[in-house]
Amino acid sequence: MDERRQNREETPKGRLVRIVLTAAALLFLALFVVAPLLLVFVNAFDKGWQGYVAAISEPDTRAAIRLTLLAAAAAVPLNTLFGIAAAWSISKFDFPGKNILITLLDIPFAVSPVISGLIFVLIFGLQGWLGPWLDAHGIQIVFAAPGIILATMFVTVPFVARELIPHMQAQGREEEEAALVLGASGWQTFLRVTLPNIKWSLLYGVILCTARATGEYGAVAVVSGHTQGGTNTIPLQVEILYNGYDSTGAFAVASLLTLLSVATLIIKKIMEWQSSRSNDGN
Amino acid sequence: MGRKRNNILPGFGLSTGFTLTYLSLFILIPLSAVFLKTASENWASVWNVVTSPRLVASYKLTLGASFLSAVANAVFGLLVAWVLARYSFPGKRIVDAIVDIPFALPTAVAGLSLTALYAPNGWFGRYLEMLGIRVAYTSAGVLVALMFVGLPFVVRNVQPVLQDLDFEIEEAARSLGATRWQTFSRVIVPTLLPSLLTGFSLAFARALGEYGSVVFISGNRVFETEITSFMIMNKLDQHDVPGATAIATVMLIASFVMLLAINLLQARSRRYMEAS
Repeated sequence: MDERRQNREETPKGRLVRIVLTAAALLFLALFVVAPLLLVFVNAFDKGWQGYVAAISEPDTRAAIRLTLLAAAAAVPLNTLFGIAAAWSISKFDFPGKNILITLLDIPFAVSPVISGLIFVLIFGLQGWLGPWLDAHGIQIVFAAPGIILATMFVTVPFVARELIPHMQAQGREEEEAALVLGASGWQTFLRVTLPNIKWSLLYGVILCTARATGEYGAVAVVSGHTQGGTNTIPLQVEILYNGYDSTGAFAVASLLTLLSVATLIIKKIMEWQSSRSNDGN
Repeated sequence: MGRKRNNILPGFGLSTGFTLTYLSLFILIPLSAVFLKTASENWASVWNVVTSPRLVASYKLTLGASFLSAVANAVFGLLVAWVLARYSFPGKRIVDAIVDIPFALPTAVAGLSLTALYAPNGWFGRYLEMLGIRVAYTSAGVLVALMFVGLPFVVRNVQPVLQDLDFEIEEAARSLGATRWQTFSRVIVPTLLPSLLTGFSLAFARALGEYGSVVFISGNRVFETEITSFMIMNKLDQHDVPGATAIATVMLIASFVMLLAINLLQARSRRYMEAS
């Protein structure tokens, strides 16, 4: 395709259109997308390396990092397990209602993050379904760590499944069927045939899920009761520092999340190049 | 169902059962709480909350800014997708990766960063200030934040279609005497339309529910820059759970309508792709 395009003669007007459009697209991306990313790091290092290290090693920040890692450690493995089960069911079998199931899977994407937090207040909050019972037994879920974990789980449910489904659908059933015919058990087939095939999209799904779990703001802001000075995750700590006019501190802590999202992008690109290379090789 | 009988793969019951249980436990039951809570409230008071002038102002801002941001993204997203699919230039792979930044960057980080950029003393804000343009803490700021989060939806939907577009059809149009613009508007745009529309509606749907990237740059001024998601937060801060739930119900209904519309659109564009 590309060779053919380059072999075509380019008219002077065509050249002008190409240069103007490319310049406009690059300028737009630089101003709207690159500048916000760049600003995070420039502001984070406003007071040099020492200011940066001091900001991210503050006790409150360290506590926020711990809670964020705890929430991710609960949400990511469970949602990975779910993602594999959902992808196996949806991509390897045909059954009535499959399209409804796929739509349901997208709900956490479609719902406002504030609502994702609110639903847990409605269930576990003092005015909620289980609130009075939990209160009587001295268990706190909302405005405490369990609520943050639940909200993080809710918003990251679809990520692994969403990465796996198209990949597993494209692969079809033949390889698994061959393994079964040759006498492999169901689990053997999954571990030796399916898993090696999907390992890259599974890895990417897990990384994406982790990035989202650590960066979630709206849902977690509701259940943390941040106005009451409750428990904080990294994004909430960023907000608190920013509202306290500690801009350098806020951007220093924010840069941790930004680094994770940049790493996610790089891994995604490496995977895409690898899969296009292996396709070229075939 | 017919094919299932021939399917020898195991684990259908286990995987589907686990999927349904998990979805019910973590998504469906929690979500139904919103509707059940609203249904248990006094209908008149729910109506009063969701039609109060302050909320109506937030609907107008949320709908208007979401729509405008999706239109702007359709235009700029098409431009970026076009350049990435059609032209080669140094660093193209990096530029292609950059398009995904808004997907990857946490919303609160994006929100703070955009606020700092467009604040009166920020990198962009100080020059816009000289021109008499205010972005931070105005509805223009809401628009900028929503454009940021929505851009990849358009690019990633349009780009593959542009890449697959048959070059010969365009060459045929050109050789039959069509101008560059005629070829674009009569041949290319109709082919792109389903994917462009899908990208547009995904960006629009995302903008409707967006919270983190907007609340910092909007400044949340009463009647002026409060989005509907913020109003839920505002009610919760006042410990008005029924009020928050009533607003959430309105937003959920809007989200489900959008989800349905997007699924129909995607099904249509799939048919279109298969037919062509």
